[in-house]
Amino acid sequence: MPAEVKERQYQGKVHQLSRDMMNAWMAQLARANETGEPTGAIMISGNCVELLRAFDIHPIFPEVTALQNAIRHQSLPLILKAEEVGYSSDNCAYVKADMGLFLSGGMGPGTKMPYPTVTLCNYVGCNVYVKWFEHLAAATGSELFMLDVPFLRTSEPTAADVRYVVKQIEELIAVLERISKKKFDIDKLREILAYSARAEEGYARSKDLCKGSPAPFDSFFDAINMMGPINVLRGTREAADFFDEAVKEFEGMVAEGVGPLSEERFRMVVEGPPPYPYYRSFRNLFTKWGAVAVASTYSTVGGIWEWGFRHDPARPLESIAEQMLTENLTNRSIVARYGQIKRYVEEWKADCLVIHSIKSCRLFSAGQGDMREYFTKELGVPTLLVESDLEDPRYYAEAQLRNRIDAFFESLEHKKLVAA
Amino acid sequence: MKVEQTIERCRELIAEPLGAIAERWKESHPGGRAVACFPVWSPAEVIHAGGMLPLGLLGAGATVELTHADSRFQSFVCSIAKSSLELGFQGLLKGVDGLVFSNICDVARNLSSIYKRNFPHFHVDYLHLAQNSTSGGVADYMADELRRLARGFEEAFGVRVTEPSLAKSIELYNAIRARIRGLYAFRIAEPQKLSTVELYQILRAATQAPPEEALSRLDDLAAELPAREGRPKDRIRVVVEGAFCEQPPLGLLEVLEEAGCYIVEDDLFLGWRWFTSDVPADGDPFRALGQSYVDRAVPSCTRHEGREPRAKGLIEKVRRSRADAVIFTPPKFCEPALFDFVPMRQGLEREGIPHLLVEFEEKMWTFERTRNEIETFVESMLFD
Repeated sequence: MPAEVKERQYQGKVHQLSRDMMNAWMAQLARANETGEPTGAIMISGNCVELLRAFDIHPIFPEVTALQNAIRHQSLPLILKAEEVGYSSDNCAYVKADMGLFLSGGMGPGTKMPYPTVTLCNYVGCNVYVKWFEHLAAATGSELFMLDVPFLRTSEPTAADVRYVVKQIEELIAVLERISKKKFDIDKLREILAYSARAEEGYARSKDLCKGSPAPFDSFFDAINMMGPINVLRGTREAADFFDEAVKEFEGMVAEGVGPLSEERFRMVVEGPPPYPYYRSFRNLFTKWGAVAVASTYSTVGGIWEWGFRHDPARPLESIAEQMLTENLTNRSIVARYGQIKRYVEEWKADCLVIHSIKSCRLFSAGQGDMREYFTKELGVPTLLVESDLEDPRYYAEAQLRNRIDAFFESLEHKKLVAA
Repeated sequence: MKVEQTIERCRELIAEPLGAIAERWKESHPGGRAVACFPVWSPAEVIHAGGMLPLGLLGAGATVELTHADSRFQSFVCSIAKSSLELGFQGLLKGVDGLVFSNICDVARNLSSIYKRNFPHFHVDYLHLAQNSTSGGVADYMADELRRLARGFEEAFGVRVTEPSLAKSIELYNAIRARIRGLYAFRIAEPQKLSTVELYQILRAATQAPPEEALSRLDDLAAELPAREGRPKDRIRVVVEGAFCEQPPLGLLEVLEEAGCYIVEDDLFLGWRWFTSDVPADGDPFRALGQSYVDRAVPSCTRHEGREPRAKGLIEKVRRSRADAVIFTPPKFCEPALFDFVPMRQGLEREGIPHLLVEFEEKMWTFERTRNEIETFVESMLFD
């Protein structure tokens, strides 16, 4: 019987720094609520937060609010509140938790947040974003800007796609000038994009370090510490510095040969978002098997930086458009995602793929059965598909999940023994 | 041809698998290509202008048993996505050469690329239809997107889609849409002479036949229908809203009518009658068609309409058709319809318009509970 695997309870600098920075951001929003400074609601996926930052408009991320409420086990009453006014049990629970918050007279996970001055729908693949922000704008009375980003349906975006997005960015800039009462300063945007590029470089380098064994952090469960700085705080000096620190920390761990668990027995790629209401419980189901995520797709919803793309201060608007069009998971097809995962399995030397299929987000999940077919039957990669939800605790069935996860890793362990 | 005979012909047509329809058309069009369009709107004109046969890919209803597709798509995914994929697995699209999907929802988006992966012999295109209708760049973008679609057909099938041929196809489809608008106006005026079950079959047949044939049938109907007998019954007038993609079973429409409703407006086959007025026939036809998608569009859950309240289009529909109530019929798991239900319901309540929610699935086959609900709703209005 192998020794029991334990989490090292690693909470190092990365975790603490990330928490401090996110708290500081929330405090800024709370202050904006009191001072009336302009705020902009925006989505995580392939976002253009740098544009808001260029006008000193504080970004609000309703998805972050929703996930924070879920982690704090506060999502269900909000979801039920939304269902009372007619939202269906089949609608995305992120949206319901967010709208439930408004219906309960609040905004923000614990901290009081301002209503957005502008609701900037960065429509990057996810069709629910359109509905969510239509409802959000109506509920808050804020100005809605629909930034329509053509889906990546050809190998590269067409010239027409790029022109259309750049044109809309120019139109958005005019709106932001009016709202913030500030003239657009392209040099300020270039400076912000240089910070973005530095953070992107650090995030990519951190992920690259997970190619080593043991990986210095869990690229699914621990990546959340980096997703705040890369998606929410990107474009600030603090975020760029944070990733410098993260790289230093992870390089040190690689040199010491330590990872997040006492022993790394299985290297997995995880596809899909986590079940936020049961984040810790779900993690424990893998920890006991010594399974560490060496790569994940969820950590690329905001941007895929590991293949080399960086925002370019020399081509500010064009590079923002390129990132929204091509360099994020959500604006690419599910089959393109197969290619991304295949690369992870090969280059990060993973033993298996775990698909966490969530009901709320069809963009992620619709068709993951086909993904499983592809990886098991065509590539021979051991693949586990489990279902729950990222926000709605009613869909998390711990016993069922444990059975499936245990059976999968038992079988994988057996295969390893036989192969040895 | 008498109305009943025409409708019978429609019924026969829609009972045929899509692939068989395509194969039959090809017998008289050697070397021809057939392209099926998933809801909601696809530019059938572009397909027709290339000498191809545009068809509607509308799922399989209860006609096929899912043996492959339900292992690809989870239980919480709508039926039309699964049954449309199943048609491919069971070879029932043999004869169809191309498929067109668009950004109506996340499921349709994923279905498009999964189709392409599993059936590489199909030419599959995915259209990104504009969601920002006020941008100064939207008309150019839409024109370019339609040209890209045309180029794809040209490269895949060796056809040519020229501007003059597209202008002619636009005229043909303008005529079809005008006839359909006429049928809708007729049903508003005299719903006792044209049931929605019949109208449904007429419209569905129009998506499963060459447009020239569909136009001829619609002309026959326009000529014959006014003389049809029909005694008004004691029913309430309703708008049916939500079935713009997955197809409601005919049994559901029958139950709605039998339970005491005249359906006087609906969003069935919305994409095949998308434009509120004719697409301009002059100038660059790609631009005319693309621009019309944006500024001549019927209200739809799948298109962002700026700051227009989502309920506005529905309320106008109620007023225009002199309806007494709205029956929401979102398909199970349909996010666009289910999301829009909330602001639409709120809008109706502000206006004092009664409404009822009836979810459906295309493979649904028992309707007794639904009948009961609708009868109760109708009675509550008739005897109020």
